[in-house]
Amino acid sequence: MATENYICFDHVSKVYGSIKAVDDLSFSVRKGDIYGFLGPNGAGKSTSIRMIMSLITPTAGSIKLFDKDLAYHRYQTLSRIGALIEKPDFYKYLSARKNLQILGRLSNVQNLNYRVDEVLDLVGLTERAKSKVKTFSQGMRQRLGIAQCLLHNPDLIILDEPQNGLDPQGQIEVREMIKKINVEHGITVLISSHILNEIEQIANRMVIINRGKCIVEGSVDELLNSGDLNVSFFIDNISTALTVVQNSFWVELLHSTGNNFLVFNLKNIQIAELNKFFVEHGININAIRQLRSLEDYFIKLTSND
Amino acid sequence: MINLISIELYKIFSKGRTYIGLGAVFVIVSAILLGIKMEGKTTLDFVIQSLKDTFSFEGNLVNGYFVTYLVLNTLWLHVPILVSLVAGDLLAGEANSGTFRLILTRPISRTKWLIAKFIAGWTYLFVLILLLAVLSLGLGLLVFGPGDLIVFRGNITIFGADDLIWRFLLAFGFGVLAMTTVASLAFLLSAFTDNSIGPIIGAVAIIIGISTISTVGQSILRPINYYLFTTYLPSWTLFFELDVNWNKVIHAILVEVGYITMFLGITFFYFRKKDILS
Repeated sequence: MATENYICFDHVSKVYGSIKAVDDLSFSVRKGDIYGFLGPNGAGKSTSIRMIMSLITPTAGSIKLFDKDLAYHRYQTLSRIGALIEKPDFYKYLSARKNLQILGRLSNVQNLNYRVDEVLDLVGLTERAKSKVKTFSQGMRQRLGIAQCLLHNPDLIILDEPQNGLDPQGQIEVREMIKKINVEHGITVLISSHILNEIEQIANRMVIINRGKCIVEGSVDELLNSGDLNVSFFIDNISTALTVVQNSFWVELLHSTGNNFLVFNLKNIQIAELNKFFVEHGININAIRQLRSLEDYFIKLTSND
Repeated sequence: MINLISIELYKIFSKGRTYIGLGAVFVIVSAILLGIKMEGKTTLDFVIQSLKDTFSFEGNLVNGYFVTYLVLNTLWLHVPILVSLVAGDLLAGEANSGTFRLILTRPISRTKWLIAKFIAGWTYLFVLILLLAVLSLGLGLLVFGPGDLIVFRGNITIFGADDLIWRFLLAFGFGVLAMTTVASLAFLLSAFTDNSIGPIIGAVAIIIGISTISTVGQSILRPINYYLFTTYLPSWTLFFELDVNWNKVIHAILVEVGYITMFLGITFFYFRKKDILS
């Protein structure tokens, strides 16, 4: 049986004057995915998400949601999606409960009051339900943002940089919440971020975009663990180590040198062998640090920002 | 649609700024009533002193109708500002607070939502003018009682007390139409910006600007003035002529309706296609 695509971006572009915010971008999110949408700031992530949510009209290409063309099935498809786009903004002069009630009425949620209580409980805001949103911290607003995504029992939720502005504890909470939503409620998740580590910890598939173009798409495991690793060996006596390496076949895998480290291009299984090689030659290793090729690549991308 | 309208009404009436307008009407009407209570007789005597040689005035001339007429004259200057305050915020306020992203990602039609927004804004202006009418007529009659109305507009016209209620109703009714034009202008400007201040000031500036230019250049601009909506904003005064010129009234109504249609048409056409970047 073919895998059901929840989002299918097919050669989509968005042009503002002479600027191509999104450039011939294609990717697909399958049912059940936690799909990472990764790219440096300004890569076109939010523009793409806004196009999915029909806030922005694409200049070219087509977007299918649940195998239906968004241009012709807007209401049908949007009723199955919850989204938190950029900052979690609400009517600040209204309470959390009232905000959710308004949004629930717009989405025709059945048993609205019960459902509002349910999602408030899910995100841990029951006790602050009657407080005005203007009194909420960034983390609480973020949680309320997730609550409004879930209000109408969507099949797919889209979270645009949900970790922004959160402290480390808040980031962990949101991450756990997303996993729970995916596993326990069977909701497919598209999550955008400019931090690879964030996506790595949560997503099963991902796309990396830059300047509106797709750089790479696939399974997180495959992308992050395929190919060679850049491995740094931190050593006190660097000149002795370099001599030893130069007299061995390891020299072919030597990538670069630093004041107190040597960097090798290695397969995963070669790390232990090289470590053993150094120990056998009486060279103490202080630390070993892996930098995967994709991570290295992504850091180069973001550092050009 | 009723669901959308009730949501928008709830939002409008949950905002503090909504009550600025209603409070302002209450304060201004009360201040005028108080002023007339203290100085009204003296003022009226001053105005009609030159006529006292020719005419004899009897009865209660400083009455509830006189107060309402004065309020109408005074408040048509302020009401456009109060209406713009809410209508200019209808779309720009959502953009400014980032809530377009919440609302327009729901399975609702942008057109229906715009209609609901405008109806909610219009309801506010209707409440504003209703309050103005009820306060000025109600309190005026309560404090000063009924009587004949003297109107000075180049010449002097006196209306019997039994000939006034329908005139005031039509005057306030026309006021609703005129303020709908102001609201639709502010609504249009509101669709083009992400900041509420712009459309509020913009709408008021356009009205004052066009009114000033057409007054200053009246002789040159006469053919254009005939088609400007600002020319007809004070047309409620047409109902305070002994024989109402219905052709003028109908023309004024048609011009205002034409502008409302145009302003709303542009708003809907633009906003339905607008990329939401806020």
